[in-house]
Amino acid sequence: MGIEIRGINKFFGDFVALENINLSIPSGQLTALLGPSGGGKSTLLRIIAGLESSDSGTVEIEGVDTTNVPAQKRNVGFVFQHYAAFKHMTVAKNIAFGLEIRKRPKDEVKDRVQELLKLVHLEQWSDRLPSQLSGGQRQRMALARALAIEPNVLLLDEPFGALDAKVRKELRDWLRRLHDEMHVTTVFVTHDQEEALEVSDSLVVINEGRIEQIGSPDDLYDRPASDFVLSFLGPVTRLGDHLIRPHDIEISRYEQAATATGRITRWTRVGFEIRLEVTPDDKLHPDPVHVVVTRAEATALGLHEGDQVWLRPQAGVEPVRA
Amino acid sequence: MASRIRQPKTTGTYVRRGLVIAYLFLLVVWPVSLVVQHTFSGGLDNLQTALSDPDVVFALQLTVYVAVWAVVINTIFGVGVSLLLVRYDFPGRGILSALIDLPLSVSPIVVGLALLLAYGGNNGLLGPTLQDAGLQVAFAPLGIIMATAFVSLPLVIRELVPVLQEIGTDQEQAARSLGAGPWQTFRRITLPSVKWALLYGVVLSLARSLGEFGAVKIMSGNIAGQTQTATLSVEEKYQDFQQGTAYATSFLLALIAVAALVVVSVLRPKENPDGD
Repeated sequence: MGIEIRGINKFFGDFVALENINLSIPSGQLTALLGPSGGGKSTLLRIIAGLESSDSGTVEIEGVDTTNVPAQKRNVGFVFQHYAAFKHMTVAKNIAFGLEIRKRPKDEVKDRVQELLKLVHLEQWSDRLPSQLSGGQRQRMALARALAIEPNVLLLDEPFGALDAKVRKELRDWLRRLHDEMHVTTVFVTHDQEEALEVSDSLVVINEGRIEQIGSPDDLYDRPASDFVLSFLGPVTRLGDHLIRPHDIEISRYEQAATATGRITRWTRVGFEIRLEVTPDDKLHPDPVHVVVTRAEATALGLHEGDQVWLRPQAGVEPVRA
Repeated sequence: MASRIRQPKTTGTYVRRGLVIAYLFLLVVWPVSLVVQHTFSGGLDNLQTALSDPDVVFALQLTVYVAVWAVVINTIFGVGVSLLLVRYDFPGRGILSALIDLPLSVSPIVVGLALLLAYGGNNGLLGPTLQDAGLQVAFAPLGIIMATAFVSLPLVIRELVPVLQEIGTDQEQAARSLGAGPWQTFRRITLPSVKWALLYGVVLSLARSLGEFGAVKIMSGNIAGQTQTATLSVEEKYQDFQQGTAYATSFLLALIAVAALVVVSVLRPKENPDGD
C-alpha cells in the first residue's frame, strides 16, 4: 500500500530525467525526496500527481493503478513551491475549491473550511486575498486547500523553498507536527539536506535521474551508500585516504597515533562552532583538512591558529575510503 | 506604480512634459474637439437631422450589429488562439504568431480586395458556391462582418497572450490536482485571471470594428440603406455637402468608442489586486 512506483522512465528529448525508478513509499509516513536541482525528484513527484506523464512504468496509489488516471481524478493533494494560490479568490474560497468542484453541500463545505482555517491558523484571514498574505501564510493556505479534499497522498514540491530561513524553519516544524496528527501519506521534495533529515521518516536520495539510496535519516547519515550521499547529506573533508565529516575528527596538540599531522592555517568562528583548516605536513596529501570543534572544546584543548596538531577519526567513526 | 521614476523636477522635466502635451493636443485633442464643436455648432440641429435620416439610422444600426458580431467572433477565436499560442508547443507556432499580426500591418483595402476575390458572388473562388447554397457573403452583412473581424483579429490575442504567459500554469495545475476538469479549470481559474485583459481586448476590438472603413467599403458594396455602415455614410454625407450630418454621425461613432474605453478604465481596479 502507500505508493508503489515501478520501472519509471522519463526523457525530455535526449535528457534522461528519470531512469528505471522503483520505489515503495509506505502508507502514513513522511518521505523526503532529496537531491540536487535538476536531479529528477520534482519530475518524479509530478508523475505521482499525474501532472507529468512517464514514458514507461507504473504508479500505484493505495493499491490502485493510477498510471493512466488523469490528475483531477487521482485525489492527490499537491502543494507547489510558489504556492499557486488562486489570486482572484479569498483564502476561504481557495480552501473550498476542491470541495465545491466535488459538489459537496454548502454547509459541509463551510464547516470543513472553518476546520481547516483553524488547523493552519488562518481564521482571521479567511476573507483576505492571497496577495494580502505573507509567503508563509500563503503556503499554509495552499496546504489547507490540498488537505480539504482528504487526499490519499499529500505531495509537496519544495514547499518551503521560496520562504526566508526563519519562516522555513517554523513551517518545517509545523509540517512535522501536522503530519503526526493527520497521518496522511506525505512525500515532499527538497534540496535542503537539513530539512530532509529533520522532518522525514524516510529519505530517498535522487541524483541524475537515479535513486542513490533509500533509508531512515540515521541510516543515510551514518551509513551512506556512496560518496555522493555522504557529501550531499553534510560537509565532508578528506583525511588521508578517507572521507570523513569535519566534526568526526579528533584533534590534539600532543603527539599521538594520527592519520595526519599539520598546522592550523585557518580559524573561522561561526556562532558556537569553530571551523579550522589544517594543512598536512604530508606532501602526498597537501589539501587542507577541515575540522569542526565547539568553542568549549577548542578552549579545553588549548587550540590556537598556527599550532601543530595531530588528527585522527574519532573512536567509533568509520570513514569512507575515497 | 513603482516603476515610475521619482526625481527632482528640473526645467527639462517641464520642457519634456510640454512637448508631449503639445504633440497630443495638436494631433488628437484639438482635431477631435473640432468635430464635436462642429456637431453642436447649431445646437442639436445636426444630431436631429442625422437621426431623422433613415439611411444614417440604418447605417448606425448596421455598424453596431456588425461590430457586435465581429467582437463575439474575435473573442471566442482570440481566447482559443491565445491559449494555443501560450500553453502548447507545436510546429509552426512561430509562423502562426507572426500571422496573427498580419491584419494590423496590411492595409484594410487589401483585406477587402482579398476577401472579395475569395468570396465575391460572381467571380470569387468560393463565392458562387456559397451563393448557390443560399449564403450571400459579398455585398451583404456576412461579408461586412468577415471584413471587420479580419481587421480587428489581433487585438484580443495581443492583450491576452502576455497575461497568460505571466500567470503561468501553476494555478491551472493546482485546480486540476484539486479535481477540476479542463472546462472547470478554464471557467473558474483561467478566465477570471485574464478577465481585465480580455475586457480591454474586447473594447479595443469594438472600437476598431466600429471605425473600420477600407475593408468594409470594398466588401459591402456601400449601398445606402442596405449595406452602408456608419463610416461609409459619413464619407458619403460629407461629399454630398451634408457636413452637419457627417459630423453628427462621426460624433456618435466616437462617442460609443470613447464611452466603452471610459467604462473599462472606471471598472478596472486602480491597483493591480493580483499582487504576486
